[in-house]
Amino acid sequence: MGAQIRVYRQKISSTSSMRKIFKAMELIATSRIGKARSRVAASAPYANAITRAVSAVSSQSEIDHPLTTEPEQIRRSAVLVMTSDRGLAGSYSASVLKQAEQLVELLREEGKEVKMYLSGRKAQAYFDFRSREYAKVWTGGTDNPEFSVAQEIGKALLEDFSTAYEDGGVDEIHVVFTQFKSMVVQEPTVIRLLPLEVVEEEVTDQAELLPLYEYEPEPEQVLDALLPRYIESRIFAALLQAAASELAARQRAMKSAGDNASELIKKYTRLRNNARQAEITQELTEIVGGADALSAS
Amino acid sequence: MAELEVEIVAADHFVWSGAASKVNARTSDGEIGVLPGHSPVLAVLAAGELSIEPVEGSRFTLQADGGFFSVDKDRVVIVADNAKLDDTVTAGNR
Repeated sequence: MGAQIRVYRQKISSTSSMRKIFKAMELIATSRIGKARSRVAASAPYANAITRAVSAVSSQSEIDHPLTTEPEQIRRSAVLVMTSDRGLAGSYSASVLKQAEQLVELLREEGKEVKMYLSGRKAQAYFDFRSREYAKVWTGGTDNPEFSVAQEIGKALLEDFSTAYEDGGVDEIHVVFTQFKSMVVQEPTVIRLLPLEVVEEEVTDQAELLPLYEYEPEPEQVLDALLPRYIESRIFAALLQAAASELAARQRAMKSAGDNASELIKKYTRLRNNARQAEITQELTEIVGGADALSAS
Repeated sequence: MAELEVEIVAADHFVWSGAASKVNARTSDGEIGVLPGHSPVLAVLAAGELSIEPVEGSRFTLQADGGFFSVDKDRVVIVADNAKLDDTVTAGNR
């Protein structure tokens, strides 16, 4: 009987030390979300300015830039998957990977080869464990991405995009990341990064009408300089959104882990009290029984 | 048409915005000066110095290593990679 009480005591103390860890991780995630969200907001002016400029150039000048023209036949696609470096974030990485798997399957059904690019150690582990191939991986700092990483990714993707199919290049690029909609809703999303989709639309509002720009040097060169920046800024925006989502997912996972730990502690405390009471009762019965037996003899 | 509305942004942060009377920038072709009433331009910036003359306060410069800028109805948007304010300008009077 005494052994049972000891087991419960051990369980209670180990669960409460785990609860401390969960609480700490929850607090850390909560404090970082604010910063991650303000970084998402801070990158918006740059992205807006670039988007406006790109749409101005591509809508006014009749340039067939390789980045904006749809290839006749798409034979190989690149898929960039953004997961986290660390776990303990609930289903965050798993749901991104699931979304990526669906996309890959869809692309394969369309008869396209797929080339994988990964960001985050979780994606790397997933692919390594299944001994599947990937072209390149970036790890470290997924919860606090630097612009230089986005530049690196952008450069690698653009290089592959501008390589011919025969030399191992790709014809289109997809990105799978988690969109941060609010603190409670984060959605795994797929966007097609390249080629850019040129959408024709009629603008009725005079203020929205893009002016006829003069270009310096030439429209082609301006577009040449703009598009890589546009790609980098899109990738950076996706990385920032993914980071904010990762932290939100981690906070939620840690909160429910902490709640579960409290629940367990409560349960074990009850069981321990029960066992202690049972032990006392048994001891009493034994004493009373012993005294009875002595007086009867 | 008295002043330019200037906005300077870098990749991950906002740098400066405010009213200015003149903006000087270096493009890949050469120097360009923008005064109020300039025709719309979209140009690629070369690495170098940008100088801005705000309506209030004194002229300041900043370093950029590439980017682009657009001028559109007295609205100047400068998008610079790694823009750094040179001296201790009271950053951002938004």
